Amino acid sequence: MVGGDRIGRVFLAMMACQTDPESRLQLASIRGMLKSSMQHAAPQIECVSGNREMLFSLRGDWVVQTLAVSGRILALQAQVGLDHDACAAASWDLTGIDRLDHLGAQFFWNLWGRRRPARLVLDARQEAFFDRLQHLGGGLPIPAKQHFLWIAALGSSLFNFVDHVVGFVRLLGQLLLDILRLVRHPLRGPWTEISAGIFHAGTQAMGITALVGLLIGVVLSYLSSQQLRLFGADIYIVNILGLSIIRELGPLLAAILVAGRSGSAITAQLGVMRVTEELDALLVMGIPHGFRLILPRVLSLGLAMPLVVVWTDAMALLGGMLSAKTSLGLSYSFFLETLPNVVKPGNIWLGVGKGAVFGMLIGLTACHFGLRIQPNTTSLGEGTTASVVTAITIVILADAVFAIVFKGVGI
Amino acid sequence: MTPENMIEIRGLWTTFGEVVVHRDLDLDVHRGEILSIVGASGSGKTTLLRQMLGLEQPTRGTVKIFGVMMDGADAKQQAAHRNRWGMLFQHGALFSALTVFENIALPLREMKTLPDDMIEDLVMLKLNMVNLTPADAHKMPADLSGGMIKRVALARALALEPELLFLDEPTAGLDPESCESFVSLVRTLQQALGLTIVMVTHDLDTLFELTTRVAVLADQHVIAVAPVNEVIGISHPFIRQFFLGARGRRAMEVLRA
Repeated sequence: MVGGDRIGRVFLAMMACQTDPESRLQLASIRGMLKSSMQHAAPQIECVSGNREMLFSLRGDWVVQTLAVSGRILALQAQVGLDHDACAAASWDLTGIDRLDHLGAQFFWNLWGRRRPARLVLDARQEAFFDRLQHLGGGLPIPAKQHFLWIAALGSSLFNFVDHVVGFVRLLGQLLLDILRLVRHPLRGPWTEISAGIFHAGTQAMGITALVGLLIGVVLSYLSSQQLRLFGADIYIVNILGLSIIRELGPLLAAILVAGRSGSAITAQLGVMRVTEELDALLVMGIPHGFRLILPRVLSLGLAMPLVVVWTDAMALLGGMLSAKTSLGLSYSFFLETLPNVVKPGNIWLGVGKGAVFGMLIGLTACHFGLRIQPNTTSLGEGTTASVVTAITIVILADAVFAIVFKGVGI
Repeated sequence: MTPENMIEIRGLWTTFGEVVVHRDLDLDVHRGEILSIVGASGSGKTTLLRQMLGLEQPTRGTVKIFGVMMDGADAKQQAAHRNRWGMLFQHGALFSALTVFENIALPLREMKTLPDDMIEDLVMLKLNMVNLTPADAHKMPADLSGGMIKRVALARALALEPELLFLDEPTAGLDPESCESFVSLVRTLQQALGLTIVMVTHDLDTLFELTTRVAVLADQHVIAVAPVNEVIGISHPFIRQFFLGARGRRAMEVLRA
């Protein structure tokens, strides 16, 4: 039995419109859907059942534009309605297809169960598509299944933590050596970078710290005054505000804001320098990262933070004072006169000292995470997040240590 | 029969502040050809390519792709057009957070209409077409060599079976061997898929190997669009310096041999 002969006969049969009425209906709807999308013709399947076998003859465009329409592929598969073996046993005539691309070819290939059907008529260009499919290597390799994943995850997170600690300690050591170097050769220090860092972390942070400080001062003062009034202890508002803001809230607020502003900026900056190989370029020129990148950032934060703390303290106290005036009727002059008497100078030094330490911790954390960023976008995002979260956590931990160590100072 | 124009640029001006990059520039790209754009550095080749892609707007003039102005087209039409072209960026522009497989699958998945197993088959086919092995599918872009990045980027550009392919410096940064195999890959694919290719290149070997026509960008407009042999005959300082310098003569020796 010769394929061409037979197909010729079936074509004649097709002319006599023996097609399945249901599939025609489907075709009409598909055609309707497609009218709007450019000049492509919808893929069409015409199925002719001979006495013993079936012939599928295909028309239209079998390309991405026509096939990647919602539900189209499933609809076409349903229209054929045969399993792989039956499909492979049928006759297929693809010469009526106007345009075919790899998606169309893949559709047929999958329909036939990844082999050529027994009787297949193709033109030369289509032959190339199916040739390529036939000689395709293996599919997507499945990654080997791993057992005891949770133990591995636990182990790797432990190693990761140790790695971070070791890295941080190394960074700290390097910083101390760099500071020694700066002390020995002060003229060769990165002063421009330090000055720029103070400007970015300090001067430019004044607006946001003032706003937040002022509002916290107002809220704290208002809430405290409501309670104090119950006991007739109005004047102690000065003690509460003075001590809590200067000793605790001021440094902590400033640190959290600076960690969010400057910490994230430093991490992202170093991370992008990694991505663009600028870090490597510095090393190649013999410019060490520690002295030129980390030292100026940590020092400038360490210098700027105490100033930001004083500024935040002042703003928070101002807010508290305004609120005390409105809610308790405490005069400004009384507030300002009482403040130095109830808050010992030790508290100011403690607050400012905290600021310096917090600033340097934020700088170190930011640099630590920045230098560990891998050259890809996910790592950059994760690194920056981790940097800010860790910096804030470390600051709060350090604050707790301060509270214990300096419990006898200023109270 | 006049050839069908895939891209039509008419009266295009580009100015950056006071600097005029393109002055009243016209250019046609015919269906099925490989058009190379050459020009001195700073002559606005990449800018022109980006304007064809709609990434930048010309100061004045029109860019028609597939016979449609991209500027005035509505969002749906623009999206449909964007699926008909592919772009190979100079450095690959692979998504660094995704594996090779996911990179190539991304444009297919974005259609939201193709079943997952079909996408997998198509990606494996595309990998095979650019001569990569299935074992490369799970690698991350950071682990790939320069040549492999270009191949993956090409596979991604071809994912949606484009009619039009843009190549920006396709062989820059490749060693001679990868360069040669990449050029032959592009040619094979162009013939197999009937692609129209617009290419910006400095590499004369690539130019001679692939190009149907060369568009020479100099004096702020296209001074010549013709097959390489004809362009060489034109007397213009840039053409002389570009094609007939020592580098060009060496490349042409190879062409004649």
